[in-house]
Parts: sequence; structure tokens; C-alpha cells
Amino acid sequence: MSYTQDACAPGISHFAFRISHSTFSKKMAILVNRHTRLLVQGITGKAGGFHARQCMEYGTNVVAGVTPARGGEMFDEKIPVFDTVLEARRQAGCNATMIFVPGEFAADSIMEAVDAGIEVVICITEGIPVLDMMRVRAGMKGSSSRLIGPNCPGIITPGQCKIGIMPGYIHKPGKVGVVSRSGTLTYEAVWQLTSRGYGQSTCVGIGGDPINGTSHLDVVKMFNEDPDTEAIIMIGEIGGTAEEEAAAWFGIHGNKPAAAFIAGTTAPPGRRMGHAGAIVSGGKGTAAGKIEALQAAGIEVAATPADMADALVRRMTRN
Amino acid sequence: MNIHEYQAKELLDKFGVANSPGGVASTPEEAEKVARLLATNNLVVKAQIHSGGRGKGTFTNGFQGGVHLCKTANQVRDIAEQMLGQTLVTHQTGPQGRVVRKVLVSKSVEIARELYFAILIDRATSAPVIVASTEGGMDIESVAAHSPEKIVHLAVDPLLSLLPYQTRKLAKLLGIASSEMRLACKLFASLYKLFLRCDCSMLEVNPLVVTKGGEVLALDAKFNFDDNALFRHPEIIAYRDIEEEDPREVAASKFNLSYIGLDGDIACLVNGAGLAMATMDIIKHHGGNPANFLDVGGGATEQQVTEAFKILVSDKRVKAILVNIFGGIMKCDIIAQGIINAVKTVNLPVPLVVRLEGTNVEAGRKLLADSGLPLIAATDIADAAKKVVAAANAAGDRDE
Repeated sequence: MSYTQDACAPGISHFAFRISHSTFSKKMAILVNRHTRLLVQGITGKAGGFHARQCMEYGTNVVAGVTPARGGEMFDEKIPVFDTVLEARRQAGCNATMIFVPGEFAADSIMEAVDAGIEVVICITEGIPVLDMMRVRAGMKGSSSRLIGPNCPGIITPGQCKIGIMPGYIHKPGKVGVVSRSGTLTYEAVWQLTSRGYGQSTCVGIGGDPINGTSHLDVVKMFNEDPDTEAIIMIGEIGGTAEEEAAAWFGIHGNKPAAAFIAGTTAPPGRRMGHAGAIVSGGKGTAAGKIEALQAAGIEVAATPADMADALVRRMTRN
Repeated sequence: MNIHEYQAKELLDKFGVANSPGGVASTPEEAEKVARLLATNNLVVKAQIHSGGRGKGTFTNGFQGGVHLCKTANQVRDIAEQMLGQTLVTHQTGPQGRVVRKVLVSKSVEIARELYFAILIDRATSAPVIVASTEGGMDIESVAAHSPEKIVHLAVDPLLSLLPYQTRKLAKLLGIASSEMRLACKLFASLYKLFLRCDCSMLEVNPLVVTKGGEVLALDAKFNFDDNALFRHPEIIAYRDIEEEDPREVAASKFNLSYIGLDGDIACLVNGAGLAMATMDIIKHHGGNPANFLDVGGGATEQQVTEAFKILVSDKRVKAILVNIFGGIMKCDIIAQGIINAVKTVNLPVPLVVRLEGTNVEAGRKLLADSGLPLIAATDIADAAKKVVAAANAAGDRDE
């Protein structure tokens, strides 16, 4: 069983290092749960502050903020602000971070979090230069930190921990794992599932950029091993080959029912459809190709976005 | 963001990438002047538009071909006169063509070999890759289809960059002679440096030529720039030619709307790129034809919605509009009020279907119902698609 970096250990707040988690915590869902201690990088900014509050309202344990040169302040009179991630790690014991830093500086913020040993780094920022992300990926080689995003809505384990910009109320604790490149399209799927009585174990937004920290395959593997996840929904879109790679692996190793939806069947080739990564180039990355690969792996593909939850229900009842 | 060939040439010159000497001209007299300075009787005049297929294109005034070989400066002037200010139609411009405002006058070269060279980012490895082939001067996609073994891929380590031995390895793979190797390697290295320094997402030289005289030149270079990095490249932003862009897309970008024009008759306004693509897909699924992609982003302010409506109805083909918003942080009642105010401002000439879901959705739906405006409310995404397709089918042609 491979070692998956996550922020699920109960931990003890004033220790700098993660305590070995296997004997302590019952693994629930993936990546984040009620034991997650969240840092918000960019907490003093408008978006960072707003979403920090929203996460706290949901019940997420926000323990610190970082904005360089604003160390010593208190956010909302309860969250200490530090100048650096390393200080926040040492003094507040955070094991996850949510990054709301502008695109020009975000790659640096990611590397700072990785360098400080933060286990789960969630970068919400849209607009990071692709070559910066290329360098981040190269710089992260050998690190045990897990990067989610950038240009993503975040992660939520319903009822326990929300890290990101998703509306908490549409989610419900349950057994369906959701992994997606999109934001509002994911909320659409989650809303369909919740309305039909199917709650979610963890929803992971991996983001819409061409180079990111975590792929569909990475998350599908985690869901596959997670005893709390009994079914999987994968939401993808045109561009790249991430969905095909996940499908190929899942076709061999998948141990639970899965459904998928691919957006962009009607997108014209060669155009960047909003997301930096949503582009069909040189005939590669088409929706049709992805759908074919998913179906070959025994994954039920929804014909329309209205059919996402129903596709999963069909697949689950077929077992 | 695209740039013109003559601007690409400026970049090549800036980075020491050998290419054919030449200069840009906006009038026939300037063209003649450039030709005289080149002091050669092997000249080529090329119409400058953001489009391929210029050689085989036709001008709307009947003049054939956007690329012409000439022997004298006088001929260059005459050709330039036929091109400048005229509209060139190629298989990529669409039937309306593009107005030619500049021409590039260059020395034509005696080609011995044509190669293909490109640099892109391989998403699977998160690293740059050089794609090259001995089959230059043709469509690389056909080469990939018919003789994939003639295409080589060279992975570049992002931290090490392109190493000199790799350029020599590539030269050998492309069959470059020992006597030309140093020039070829210098070219490859300079192109890679340009790729990094300018934050390109793609760089394509087709053809990269070896001349009969043993020179190695980038004869035609196309660049794509990473939009996310433009903030740190004012020099690239300066190359932007608004006249070459779809005016609706230009208008949209002013208000932070992500807009792409298509050719259908059902317009959409959605928050979120994935949901926007999915909305286009479901419209098509129910027999309609999307007129555009439009992502209003996380904000969906009243001003954005108003400006978006204006852009959507400026397309005379549009027969119906679908607004599909999933309000997360954005509350549905705020969005509903914004839509109502926008409709009152713009005075829509076509049916509007609105589907809202998310925070405060009941309050939002009530506002729409009580507004007295002829909006068609939809519950879920499928209902919305069916209603807007029906509305578009029922509508006649707009006669404004």
C-alpha cells in the first residue's frame, strides 16, 4: 500500500512534525477530514479573507493565516497571521494550506508551503503562468507534499472539512467520491447526487490548468483504496490525456462502480474554452477520445450534464 | 494571443535566430524601399494577416495569392499596391477574409532541405518537448498520420534546460551535415531560449530550412503565448492586433467575460467554464446549435450580465438566449436582480430562458416570476435546454 500524504492525522497542535498516523486515526474519506488544521495563505486579501470565513462557518479548523509583512495581526480577532508559512507550521501546527495569492506570486507561495512540509497544498488561484507551474512540478520532485490545483475550487469532505470556494450546503456526507477539473459543473453533479439521496465521501477539484499538482488518476487511486468511498464520479473536459490515463488504470484495477461526464463535445478545435487546459490541439484531447477510453474501462458515461448522478446510479445498480 | 509574421521575425531577430532578411511595409513606396535595401533580385512579398494558407488565397478584388516572388523592387511595389488595403480570403479566414494592412518583403532563399521544428509543453510530463521532423514545409498532422516514424520527440528537463549535446543529437536525427551542425545547434538553442523568455505555450518553425548555400534558417515561425503570463510581457502585448480579433471577443474581454463566438443561433451565458461547455453540449444534444461559449466567471455582476447580453444580441443570428447560473457564493436573488435590470437596460429582442440553482434559489426564482418580464423559467439543465431549443425553433429570422 503506497504512502499517501494527507492532512487527516489528529496531530497535536504545538508540535512541528506530523505524528505517525497509522495507529491513531481511522482513515475517513481522503486528503482532508475533521483533523485537518488549515492555513490560509493570502488571508488578509479580499478573496482569502472571505473564503476563510466561509470555511470556518462550515466547520473547518482554520488555525493560521500568512501574508508577508502582516505577521502579528489577528484575523477576525481569532486567527493569528504570520509572515511565513514556516512560522505558521511551527506555531500553529497546520497540515494543509489554502492559497489565495495572485497569479504573479502564487508559484512562490506553493513552493514556500512545500518547503515548510505542509502535507496538502490547495491552490485556488487562476492565472499562474504555465512555465511557473512547470518549474513548481520539477521543484516538487521528491517532496511528499500533495498539491491540488491550481485554478481549482478546492476539496471538501462533507460534514467535516471544506477547503475552497464551493458552496458547502449542497454537499451531504456519504459514499460517493467526486473528482473534477471544473467548479460549477461539479456543483451541478453534487447537487444531483445530494437531491437523489447520495452523499459524498470527498469531492476533489483538481482544477482547469494544463499543468497541475494532482491528476484524475491520482484521486481515482485514492478513492479506490478508501473504504469510505463506494462509488466514483469523474468529471472531465477537453484537452490533455488525464481522463484517458485514469480510465486505463481503472479498467484494470478499479474495484467499485464509476461514472463520468466529459464537457466540451461541442467545443471547436484549437480554442481555449475558458480553462487554460481546455483546448483540443493537434487532434488530441477530444471529448470523443476520452469518452471512448472511459467506456472501454467499464465506466458509465453520462450523455448530458443532466444525467451525471443518474449515470452513476445506473452503474451502481448494475453490480 | 497571435502575432503577425513580421512581428515573429522581430522576435527571431531579437533572439539571434537566423532567418531571411527583410522588412515590413505599410505602403507600396515603403515596400519598394525595403526591396532596394535588400539589394537582391530574389524577393518575396507576403501579405500580413493572422492566418495560414495565404499563398493559395484570393483577394476580393480578384488578385490571386497572398505570397508572390519578385525579381525587382518595382515589381515589389506593384504587388504591394495590389495587396495593401485589400481583403484576402484563405481557407482559414472564413469567407469574409481579412484586410491586409502590411506586407513583409524578404529575400527569398534557395532551399536545399525543409525541416519541421516545434517546442511545446508536454502535459503528461509537465516539461517542454521538442517535436521535429525531416518532413518540413508540409502539414505536420499529415506527417503524423502517414509517417509517424519521421517525427522525433526530444524531452527537455525543465531544470537543466536544453543542453548543447541535445542540440547536436537533434541535428544528427534530422540528418544535418557536419558542416551545418554548428549553425543548426545555435538555431535550436536560440529558439529554446526564446520559448522560455517569452513564456510561449507553443513555437513552430515550418519550414526550418537548410539553404543551398549551407545556411540554416527559420523561414516561417508561429508563436502562441501563454495568456497567463502576458502580465509580465508588455512587449508581447504591444504586438496585439485588435483588428485581427473577433470584435465580440474583444468587447467581452474588456468586462472580464470569457467569450468564444460559434456559428449557431442559441446564445448562452453561464458561470464556470466547465458548466459553460456542458451547457453548449446539452443544447446540441436537444437539437439546438450554440452561438457562443460565455463564462461570466465567479462574479456575475449586473454590469457583466448587461454587457454580456449586449454582446450576445449584437450577433444577428441569435434567436434565443439561455442563462444558466449555479450560484455558489453568488446568491441567486442577487443574480436574478442583475438579470432583471440587464433585461430592462438592453431590451432583448429574443426569448430568454433562465435557469438558476444554488444559494437562495427560491428567492431568485420568485424575483424572476414577479418581474413581469417575459422570461421563461427553467428548473434543471435539461428543462432549460429543451425550452431554449423550442424558443429558437419558434422564432423567425430577426429583421433589424
